[in-house]
Amino acid sequence: MSERVAVRKTYKLFIGGKFPRSESGRSYLVDSTDGGTNVALASRKDVRDAVLAARAAVKGWSGTTAYNRGQILYRVAEMLEGRRDQFVGLGVPAAEVDEAIDRWVWYAGWSDKITQVHGNANPVAGPYFNLSSPEPTGVVGVLAPAEPALLGLVSVVAPAIVTGNTVVVLVAESAPLPAVTLAEVLATSDLPGGVVNLLTGRPAETASWLAGHMDVNALDLTGATDPEFATELERAAAGNLKRVLRPPAGPVDWSADPGIGRMTAFLETKTVWHPKGV
Amino acid sequence: MLARMTATTASARSDLSEVGRSEATLRSFLHGLPGVDQVGAEQRAAMLGTRSIKTTAKAWAIDLAIRMVDLTTLEGADTPGKVRGLAAKALRPDPADPSCPAVGALCVYPTMVPVAAPVLAGSGVHLASVATAFPSGQAPLEIRLADTRAAVAAGADEIDMVINRGAFLSGRYGEVFDEIVAVKAACGDAHLKVILETGELVTYDNVRRASWLAMLAGADFVKTSTGKVPVAATLPVTLVMLEAVRDFRDATGRVVGVKPAGGIRTTKDAIKYLVLVNETAGEEWLHPDRFRFGASSLLNDLLMQRTKLTTGVYSGPDYFTLD
Amino acid sequence: MFEYAPAPESRAVVDLKPSYGLFINGEFVDGEDRDVETGGGGTIKSVNPATEELLAEVTEAGRADVDRAVRAARRAYDEVWGRMPGRDRAKYLFRIARIIQERARELAVLESLDNGKPIRESRDVDIPLVAAHFFYYAGWADKLGHAGLGPDPRPLGVAGQVIPWNFPLLMLAWKVAPALATGNTVVLKPAETTPLTALLFAEICQQADLPPGVVNIVTGAGETGRAVVEHPGVDKVAFTGSTEVGRQIARAVAGTRKKLTLELGGKAANIVFDDAAIDQAVEGIVNGIFFNQGHVCCAGSRLLVQESVYDEVLAALKRRMARLRVGDPLDKNTDIGAINSAAQLDRIRELSASGSAEGAERWSPPCELPDQGFWFAPTIFTGVSQAHRIAREEIFGPVLSVLTFRTPAEAVEKANNTPYGLSAGIWTEKGSRILWTADRLRAGVVWANTFNKFDPTSPFGGYRESGYGREGGRHGLEAYLNV
Repeated sequence: MSERVAVRKTYKLFIGGKFPRSESGRSYLVDSTDGGTNVALASRKDVRDAVLAARAAVKGWSGTTAYNRGQILYRVAEMLEGRRDQFVGLGVPAAEVDEAIDRWVWYAGWSDKITQVHGNANPVAGPYFNLSSPEPTGVVGVLAPAEPALLGLVSVVAPAIVTGNTVVVLVAESAPLPAVTLAEVLATSDLPGGVVNLLTGRPAETASWLAGHMDVNALDLTGATDPEFATELERAAAGNLKRVLRPPAGPVDWSADPGIGRMTAFLETKTVWHPKGV
Repeated sequence: MLARMTATTASARSDLSEVGRSEATLRSFLHGLPGVDQVGAEQRAAMLGTRSIKTTAKAWAIDLAIRMVDLTTLEGADTPGKVRGLAAKALRPDPADPSCPAVGALCVYPTMVPVAAPVLAGSGVHLASVATAFPSGQAPLEIRLADTRAAVAAGADEIDMVINRGAFLSGRYGEVFDEIVAVKAACGDAHLKVILETGELVTYDNVRRASWLAMLAGADFVKTSTGKVPVAATLPVTLVMLEAVRDFRDATGRVVGVKPAGGIRTTKDAIKYLVLVNETAGEEWLHPDRFRFGASSLLNDLLMQRTKLTTGVYSGPDYFTLD
Repeated sequence: MFEYAPAPESRAVVDLKPSYGLFINGEFVDGEDRDVETGGGGTIKSVNPATEELLAEVTEAGRADVDRAVRAARRAYDEVWGRMPGRDRAKYLFRIARIIQERARELAVLESLDNGKPIRESRDVDIPLVAAHFFYYAGWADKLGHAGLGPDPRPLGVAGQVIPWNFPLLMLAWKVAPALATGNTVVLKPAETTPLTALLFAEICQQADLPPGVVNIVTGAGETGRAVVEHPGVDKVAFTGSTEVGRQIARAVAGTRKKLTLELGGKAANIVFDDAAIDQAVEGIVNGIFFNQGHVCCAGSRLLVQESVYDEVLAALKRRMARLRVGDPLDKNTDIGAINSAAQLDRIRELSASGSAEGAERWSPPCELPDQGFWFAPTIFTGVSQAHRIAREEIFGPVLSVLTFRTPAEAVEKANNTPYGLSAGIWTEKGSRILWTADRLRAGVVWANTFNKFDPTSPFGGYRESGYGREGGRHGLEAYLNV
C-alpha cells in the first residue's frame, strides 16, 4: 500500500484577521520536520497594511470590557491546548507548549486586575476627586524573540494585548512556523481581527519601517539582539516618541514569573480630576 | 432653552414677562439656568479676596462702603432711644470729621419706622424696614402684606422682605413668585429688597434660581440673609447673586441691586465685597443704589480705618460712638 | 472707577549676588571649562523680563564642568546617599521642605523677578507646591517597598535633569524630590533664562546640610543640557521642555541603558458643552490659557465650544478677559505678567501673525502694556479651523484658539486630532458625559469642571508626543527606580 500524500500547509502572513500572502509575492524557505517550507517574506508594504489593521482594531479592542478581553485570552489558551500536538510536530518542546498555554492563562487573569494594581486614587490637597487609571498605548510594534519560538512569542504578545493594545509582530526569521500556527489559534479564538498581526520574514528588512512609522505608539525591541540594530531602531522610534522597551540586557529566563513590567511598558496613565461640591 | 437664551449677554433683550405665568413656565425657566459649580465659584471668590487694596484705592473704597451701609438694628430689645441714636449716627457717622459721608440707609423693624422717619426725613439717607413677618416669614400672606403696608405708610422707602423658603425648597416656585409680586404691589413706591436667606437655600444653584425668581417677580434688590440664621452672607454667595443681576440686566435691561447682609464686620471684608462687585457685575454696581451692606458693627471698623488713613496712626474703638 | 492703587511686593527680601558659580559637590565653584566649543567659559545674563534689568550673571557650564558635577554625584551616590537608610533621606527632604516654607516669600519674589510671573501665582501656587512636593516624596523615602513596584526597588544612580523656564523652582521640585527620595543623586540644569531660584535652592541644600554631591546644579544653555544628557556617567535622564528637544534626547540616549522620562509639549483641548456651568467654565478657560502667561505645557490652548452656546460663552469670555490685569509681576493684583524672554515673545508674535494671515479673527481686550520688558496682551482667535497653525502648534503664550463642535463625538475627534496628548478639559454638568468623554480623550491629565490643577500626589505626564513617564504621585517613583 502506498503512503498517503500529505496536504501541505501554505504559511502566510496574519493581517487584520486574514491570512494574505505577502503583497510582494516573495517567500523564503525554512527547514522543518517535513523538509523545507516556503514562508511568506513580508515587505514594508505588509508592515504598512498591518499597522493599518492594528490601528483599525484599537478602538474596538480597547473598548471591550476587561472581563471580555480576559475571556478571549483564556479562549486562546483553550485553543492552544487543543493544538498542542501540532506545535510539538513543528519541533516545539512539549514543555514549552505547556508553558505557552499557561502564560495565556496567566495574562488572561490580569485583564481586570492590572487597572487595580497600576491605578491609583490620589488624595490631592483640595476638594477634588482624583483618579489615575492605566490605558493602553495603542499600536505596539514588536520584534519577537527567536528563542523560544512559541513561548517567547506568546510572552511578548499576550502582555501587550491583554490591556487593550493591538500589535504588529515581526516574527524572528528563524522561527516562523510556530508563529503562523499560533495565528491560526488566534484566528479561532474570538480575538477580533487586527488585534494581533504577525509578519514572517526578515525583521532586518522591515523593522526600520515599523520603528519609524508615525502611527505606531510603542516598540518592543525584545527580539533585536544586535545592539547596533536595536540602537538604530530606538533612534527611529524617537520620531514620534514611541514608548520603547529595550532589548533585555542579558539572557532571559522565559519560564520565570514574568511580572507586570511587560504590561506597564505599554500603558499610559490617565489622571482625571473633578471637583467635589453640591 | 428659554433660560439659556435669556442669560446671554447678547444685545437682543428678551421679554420675560410670561415666565411667571404658570408654575410650569417658571420651573422650566429656573431649571434651565446654567448650574453653578461650588468649588469653582468658591475659588473665584477666594482669588478675588486676595486683591490688595491700598492707599488711595483703600480710601476711595472705605468712603464708598460707608455710603453703602444699611445701618441695621433688628433686636427684640430695640427701643425708640436706641433707634434715634442710630439714626443720628447714620446721618453723621463720624461727628469729628464732616468729610465723612452718611450711610446708605437705616434698617429697622416696622414698629421703629415712625421713630426713625422724622430724624432721617430730607437727609437722603434711606429708611429701610424689614417686613413680611421677618425673619421667618411664617405668617399668613395677608398679615405679611399688612406688615409691609404699615411700614411704608409710616415712612419706610425701602422694604426688606423674606421669601417663603419652605415653598421654594419644595419646588412651589409659583407661590414664592406670587407672594413677591403681592409684596411689591404693597410697597407702592418703596423699593423692594428680597431676602433669599441663602443659608437656608444651601446650594448655589438654588441661590441663582431664587435670585432670578425674585428679579422676575419685581425685586429691586436681592439680599442674601436675615442675619438670624447661622450662615449669613458669604463672598461666593454674593458672587453668584452678582452674576445673576448682571445676566438679568443683559437679558432685560433692568438693573437690580445686591445686598449681602450678616457677618460682614471688618473693612477688609467690605473691600473684598467691593472687589467682587467691581470684577463681576462691574462699575455700574459700585453705587449705593445698586449695592448695600446689611451690617451694624461694620460701620465703626470702616470709620477706624478711615481715620487711620487720614491721621496715619491706628485708632481705637473708644474714639467712635457705640450706637 | 475702582482703580486699584499699585500694591507691589517688596523685593528687599531677595539678596542677589552680582554673579553665581556652579553648585558642585556642595559648594559654589567657578566654571573651569574654558572651551567655548563645548559651551564652557561663558556667562549668562539673567534679566528681569518685566524690565529687562540685569539681575545676575551665572556661569555657563561646559563639558568638563558637567563631568565634575557627575563625578561628584556618583561619589555621593556610592559613598553616602545610595546607602543611606530611607528614613534618613526622608529627614533631609523634610528639612528642605520646611526651609522652603520658611523662605517662601523670598523664593516667590525671586521667581517673579527672574521669570516674570505674577507674584500672586509664585506666592499662592508655585512655592506652596514646591514645598508640598518635597513633603510628599520625603514620606516615600522609607516606604519604597510598599509602593507596589516590587519588593526591593533600587535607585538607578545619577540622574541628569534638564528643566524649563516656565515654573523654574516647581519643575526643579518635580525632578529633585522623587530622585532624592528614591536614593538617586542629581545633576540638574535649570533653564538658561531662569536659573536664580535653582541657585537659591542650592543654598537651601547647604542650609539643610544635605551631604555634598547629592544635588549639583550646573547652569547654562542648550549645550550644557546636552552635556548632562549625553554624559556616560548618568543613569537616568529626565527632561521637561519642547517636543523637539525631547526627540533629540530620545535619540541621544538610544542604545544606552539610561532610563528616560520626557514631559513635553501640548495643545490641550478645553471642551465646553452646552450644559456647562458657564461662569465657572469661563473661569476655567481663562485659567486654562492665561495662567502663567500661557507658558504652560498643559495649557488649554484650544477652546472647543458647543455651537449652541458659542455666542454666550464668547461674550462671557471677552467680558472676563477685559478684567484681566496685565502688568508688573510684583504687583499683588497682577493677573498676567511678562513674557519670559524676547525669544519667546518673538515666537508668540510670529504664530499670532500666522493666525491672522490664515484668516482667523484676532481679539484682545483694551490693555496698556509697559514700554520696557517683554509683553503680550491676552489674545483670542475665533473662526479657527483645525488646519490653522494656531490650532496645531504649541504657542506657549497667552493666545487661545477658539473652535466649535456640534456633537460629543465631534468634540472628542477634534480634541484628539493632534500629535500631542498632555491634558484636556471637559465642562458639563452631566456626570455620565464627563466619564464618556474622559474615557475617549487621549491625554494624560483630564480636568473635568476644573483646569490647571496640580498636586504632588497626582501623576502628571502625556500620551503620544507629549512624552512618557509620569511625575508626581506613586507613579512618579517608578521613573527613578530599578524595579
